[in-house]
Amino acid sequence: MSLAAFFERLDRRWIYVIMALMVLVPLLWPLNLPLEPSPPVRAYHDVIAALSPGSTVLMSCDFDPASRPELEPMTRTTLRQLFRQHCKVVVVVLYPGGARLVDEIVQEVARENRQVEGVDYVNLGYKAGNEAVMVLMGQSIAGTFPRDYNGRDVTGLPIMQSVRNYSSCALLVSLSVGYPGTKEYVQQVQGRFHIPVIGGVTAVSAPTLYPYLQTGQLSGMLGGMAGAAEYEDLRFERGMASRGMDAQSLAHLFIVLCIVLGNLAQWERKWKETA
Amino acid sequence: MKREIPLFLTAAVGLFMILSFFVPHQAVSVPADFLQQSAIIIVAFGIVLGGANLLRVNLEAVVRRQPGWTYKLVLIAGLVVTVTLGLIEGRDFQAAGTRSTWIYDQVYSSMSSAMFALLAFFIASAAFRAFRIRTTEAALLAVAALIVMMGRVPLGGVLTAGLPRELRVETLAQWILDVPQNAANRAILIGAALGVMATGLRVILGIERSYLSGED
Amino acid sequence: MQHRAGLTAAVVLVSLLALPARSQVTAVSGAPLVVVPEPAAAKPPVPAPVPGALQAPRPARGLTWKDVPDDAGRAVELSWESSPDDGTQLVDGYHLMRSESPGGPWTLVDSVTAGVATCRDQSTSLRRDLAHFYRVDAHGPGGVTPAGSVTGPAIASSQWFNRTRWSVLLLTMLFFGFVLFFIQSVQGEGGKPFLRRIPGIDAIEEAIGRATEMGRPVLYVPGVQDIDDMQTVQALIILESVAKTTARYETPIKVPVSYPIPFTIAQEMVKSGYVHAGRAEQYDPESVQFVSPEQFAYVAAITGVMMRDQPGAHIFLGAFFAESLLLAEAGYATGAIQVAGTANADQLPFFVVACDYTLIGEELFAASAYLSGEPKLVGSLQGADLMKIVIILLVVVGCALESFGQHGLTQWLATQ
Repeated sequence: MSLAAFFERLDRRWIYVIMALMVLVPLLWPLNLPLEPSPPVRAYHDVIAALSPGSTVLMSCDFDPASRPELEPMTRTTLRQLFRQHCKVVVVVLYPGGARLVDEIVQEVARENRQVEGVDYVNLGYKAGNEAVMVLMGQSIAGTFPRDYNGRDVTGLPIMQSVRNYSSCALLVSLSVGYPGTKEYVQQVQGRFHIPVIGGVTAVSAPTLYPYLQTGQLSGMLGGMAGAAEYEDLRFERGMASRGMDAQSLAHLFIVLCIVLGNLAQWERKWKETA
Repeated sequence: MKREIPLFLTAAVGLFMILSFFVPHQAVSVPADFLQQSAIIIVAFGIVLGGANLLRVNLEAVVRRQPGWTYKLVLIAGLVVTVTLGLIEGRDFQAAGTRSTWIYDQVYSSMSSAMFALLAFFIASAAFRAFRIRTTEAALLAVAALIVMMGRVPLGGVLTAGLPRELRVETLAQWILDVPQNAANRAILIGAALGVMATGLRVILGIERSYLSGED
Repeated sequence: MQHRAGLTAAVVLVSLLALPARSQVTAVSGAPLVVVPEPAAAKPPVPAPVPGALQAPRPARGLTWKDVPDDAGRAVELSWESSPDDGTQLVDGYHLMRSESPGGPWTLVDSVTAGVATCRDQSTSLRRDLAHFYRVDAHGPGGVTPAGSVTGPAIASSQWFNRTRWSVLLLTMLFFGFVLFFIQSVQGEGGKPFLRRIPGIDAIEEAIGRATEMGRPVLYVPGVQDIDDMQTVQALIILESVAKTTARYETPIKVPVSYPIPFTIAQEMVKSGYVHAGRAEQYDPESVQFVSPEQFAYVAAITGVMMRDQPGAHIFLGAFFAESLLLAEAGYATGAIQVAGTANADQLPFFVVACDYTLIGEELFAASAYLSGEPKLVGSLQGADLMKIVIILLVVVGCALESFGQHGLTQWLATQ
């Protein structure tokens, strides 16, 4: 049977099975492939590293459980770096369906780093409104989020005494899966309120943010699980993303093989037709 | 009048919101902020409308025993149970240990992740079928795809570790992302933004009015 | 009389001598209008220094204010000369205090760390067009030291135009002008104006025809976003043309919608399509269904429709995100002809790979003009095309200027 005929008859479920194995096997038996952080990831890390202790950082975590594998590692590592630098973190969520997940992550990392809620960090929860909320925070963050995720009045929290709006924050970190997200923060907030912005996005969205990275509107970026893994590597951590990169490596290799084999089959058919 | 009043309102509000971008004075900015917040509230109330329609259509299908009615019953049950539990648990429905949280963690979160994970399988079958090199452009596309795919994972770095830094796959991938991809993306973004502006202008000025009710 | 005049003069003279010294003032923003040392009674008593303990820092000086331009009177910019002890352990930072009178009472407005000598009062309690007085206090481990003087009256005023947005205004007016000019011009010419062929849009009718031959319905997905996204508006406009065609061919159409407002509009569009095709009685209100705003719930429902109802044609037009590949690939598996169009550049590759025809970016927005051929709509496309030429010229000129170190154009185009 020729290659072309074989692939034409091949049930696509075999492709799915092989893909599943390519992902599952390295998760069970890690390959520990070395990582080389790329320039956008280094920039992301360096911007945070340059913050003074006591700086307030606004972190907008706009993702849901579906994008957890890519964005959760970014969130955890970013929070750890911020806490270890004694920065104060104000978390907001603009993506519906993500509030509970984000709170879980923030509380876990905060407990790990012995941070006190309301003093060292606060989760202000979810607010509907997309860009309108982003612009309203430029006037007053407490006015936009009068209560935190647990329903407490934010004006009574020690961390919020010195936080008014973007000018009170040294940095805006946007970790987003789509809309509203990093692109909207760059468009609506960065230029208007002169606050540095760094972003973490899914691998699919990363290419569309490169124009902003190049112009400096975005000061650093993590793209997908690869970006998250590189960031973990810079922080000497081996988290979820690093473990997932072995699986992603083999999955990519498999897709490359699919492309090559598909073309070989096509060329063989053409050659046979012309011969 | 049925169409004239909405057209007038669209034009007035649309032009006012454009004006608010250039005029910071409170005579313009305060009403503009109010309109933005009102839009959020109106859209939120629209969920009620959607939920009512969802219930009506699916209940009818269950009552009439239309094909697939059992799945519609599951949908109705899920909707009713989630909303009821959320109402009973009140403001703290998102706290740890509540039933709403259980539904979020065990049902919504898992199913959402599973749907997203399907992409891995679909991309493999799509890649197998679609990256056929028939023209020069297709060849360029396939080569770029191969370089970026291998350059973005550590395995690519391992396979080309022996090459000079400029020829390693991760360097080439970064160059593709920084230069040609960036340029193409910018062009599409600008074109799409102009398209959005042109459509918006047509809607504001009432040139495009079929969205109103469709009846001329 | 003389006696009274002399007494008055003496009183005036003594008052002048008793008045506190005034600093140099200027009448324009950028410097204090009045700098008034605080009355002695208002100053808190300074405790005697404890041996070995750190002293309170020396005060900051020279506080000046400036109204922040191009805003709605919501901010005042303050700057001062740092305390001579800044840079030592005596100074942790500065508190910016505000009052509505020079003597207080004072409210803490903001705080900055040591080394910083400017601050912007953007608090919501700042009232525009009202005089405020400011004072900066240096604070450290040894205590708080108020400045020796206050500045004011500082007034935050609003402006009628944001001068940093001139470039945007100019380009926007240019764009609007082009569009309106070409709309008039094309209408005046009469006849059907020229538009280059867009294969993806031509393919829509072909797809509906194929579905009719197969005796299967048409599935139309107007994107996953709400009505505030222009792509959704455009998708709903095109829906009317598609519904009209399916009505003419007597082919059922299914339209799952993700948000309530587009749902009501979609119902009207489909009904209108049937009415315009003269088949009003064949309109089925349940052909349009609200599904869910939740992305993956929506796509699960649509793939269910694809698997069960086996539509002959899939038309995906509008805003899509991660679900684009799921839709396109699941649809491919059913053997249907697929036409897609979106302005979300990151999803285009998935549609290009898995669909038969793809409308890229602004081709989606050209669809309504293309399908109707209406001069007003085509004119707007021509206006947009001319604007693109202007942007290309700006890019070329800008690149040349930047290459020669001239940043004026770039700075003028950067908005605030």
